[in-house]
Amino acid sequence: MSVHSAHGGADTATGPYRPVFTGETRTRLEELFARYPTKQACLLPALWMVQEERGWISEPAIGEVAEVLELTPAYVKGVVTFYTMYHTHPVGRHFIQVCTTTPCNICGAEEVVRSILAATGCGELGATSPDGRFTVMEVECLGACGFATAILVNDDFIESVTPDKVPGILARYP
Amino acid sequence: MGYPHPSDPKETVVLSKYFGDPEARTYDGWVKRGGYEALRKALGMTREAIVEEVKASGLRGRGGAGFPTGLKWSFMPKDVVKPHYLVCNADESEPGTFKDREIMRWTPHALIEGCAIAAHAIGAERCYIYIRGEFTEPWKVMSAAVREAYAHGALGANAFGSGRRIDIVLHRGAGAYICGEETAMLNSIEGKRGNPRIKPPFPAVAGVFGMPTTVNNVETLAAVPHIINRGAAWYKSLCLGNAKSTGTKLISICGHIQRPGNYEVTMGTPMKEILYDMAGGPPAGRTIKAVIPGGSSVPIMTREEAEAALFDYEGIIEQGSMLGSAGMIVMDDTTDMVYQIWRLARFYAHESCAQCTQCREGTAWTTRVLARILAGQGKQEDYQLLLDLAENMTGKTICVLSDSCAAPVVSGIRKFKDEFEAYIAGAREPALAAV
Repeated sequence: MSVHSAHGGADTATGPYRPVFTGETRTRLEELFARYPTKQACLLPALWMVQEERGWISEPAIGEVAEVLELTPAYVKGVVTFYTMYHTHPVGRHFIQVCTTTPCNICGAEEVVRSILAATGCGELGATSPDGRFTVMEVECLGACGFATAILVNDDFIESVTPDKVPGILARYP
Repeated sequence: MGYPHPSDPKETVVLSKYFGDPEARTYDGWVKRGGYEALRKALGMTREAIVEEVKASGLRGRGGAGFPTGLKWSFMPKDVVKPHYLVCNADESEPGTFKDREIMRWTPHALIEGCAIAAHAIGAERCYIYIRGEFTEPWKVMSAAVREAYAHGALGANAFGSGRRIDIVLHRGAGAYICGEETAMLNSIEGKRGNPRIKPPFPAVAGVFGMPTTVNNVETLAAVPHIINRGAAWYKSLCLGNAKSTGTKLISICGHIQRPGNYEVTMGTPMKEILYDMAGGPPAGRTIKAVIPGGSSVPIMTREEAEAALFDYEGIIEQGSMLGSAGMIVMDDTTDMVYQIWRLARFYAHESCAQCTQCREGTAWTTRVLARILAGQGKQEDYQLLLDLAENMTGKTICVLSDSCAAPVVSGIRKFKDEFEAYIAGAREPALAAV
């Protein structure tokens, strides 16, 4: 499994569902089976594959994952919703997570959030900008506390962010 | 070398020696620096001999609990009648802690080597390294290093020609602090929600997939090759304080401090030296008000307590807190303690897996009561309410997440009561909107 961009893919919420686990992705899934004694254990990696390909995890995708791993859709949904990194609805082309937990917080993370919300046009946390470019979320501790404020843009870890750096950072994500 | 700043002369550089050195990330670069000698040596040793060596070194778990590593390994069944597993906890999420990510980013082969030695010592053929989902760069570096280790025969069906099979599988988390709790991690690897399990059975009896399992932290495992190479006596000699705390410890320092980052010190180093000499003290013109020394889950120390402590497991307990993960959060005199304690409570409320009532309700209610105080609607009874909640959240649940939420609240009320009082008495502008 690779960490390609797991965000901002272009899955459609309408139209017929296109299965994820075909061709090369199916092969990658089957390679995973050898690394775990149960198919169930491949659930987190399989969900990552769905998100890498489609940008989010839709109801039909939950059904497909359940089928390939011999689980029930209800079970898979229970797992998907436990973990905060799986998107259960489409997000913007670029997904921004800003750490606001204590170490970043005391170094000014809330000002970084405000400037990112303003500069992206998202307005509020969790909302996608009208142009579909950005979705911004607060995230709990990213584990880079010495380099506050830490943010993740898609899979890019960016450290020591201050409000004045925000426009330059956002410009790198058209 | 040091990262992000050069090593301080007062540091004892063992694990962090090659932080910032990109060549150390590659297999050849690692071998050139003496890498994989320890694994070759360990593969020629018996399981028991390795366990005894690690026991004699005094190495204790670096994830937070401080349990003796060799003793933990010795709990694994002597005969391998069903598969044994090693799980490496790389789900570093404890606020204030960012040491394991540097081990994985700069010295991935140190971790692979440590995992392989530990796997051999506990009779496991497979090791899962559980890396938190947000650690995208460590994931890439570790993936490349594991591939290289296989290509050079360090891992696989016949590790370095020893006849021993050692496989390492990287498992990516997906955003859940609680998966850093060892039994929650086992469930997460099995493809389940990350709910902690009731113990017993302990992992050494029934761990991942119901099989005998040992769970060790990244830093713990990265220390093992050094112990095998240089011997238990050398490791044990790295001790400036209590004889029960040996070796070096990586400390992450963040918050209001001049030179944040990781520092590696001999156990027992005075905390004052770490805070002021190595990390440069607070920003100019300010003074330290409080230090959370071991990640956000441990009691808050006042400046006086922090300056008096020796940095080891016992030394910090003596000053009323715990070493934990050694993620040190420094707060200066500009910090609103009530606001930051509320922010911590909010963290735990967000991360509660919600299976135990005391935690699910307690973390949420604690957050709400603190928010009420910050909104200028606090009452005198709220102190007792918060302390009652904390008491019901301590020692009553499956794991210690709710205890961790209670720790900063109780120590905060005890040590910084005047700041709570200012909000409750209306002497301070509300920091949050009324609820």
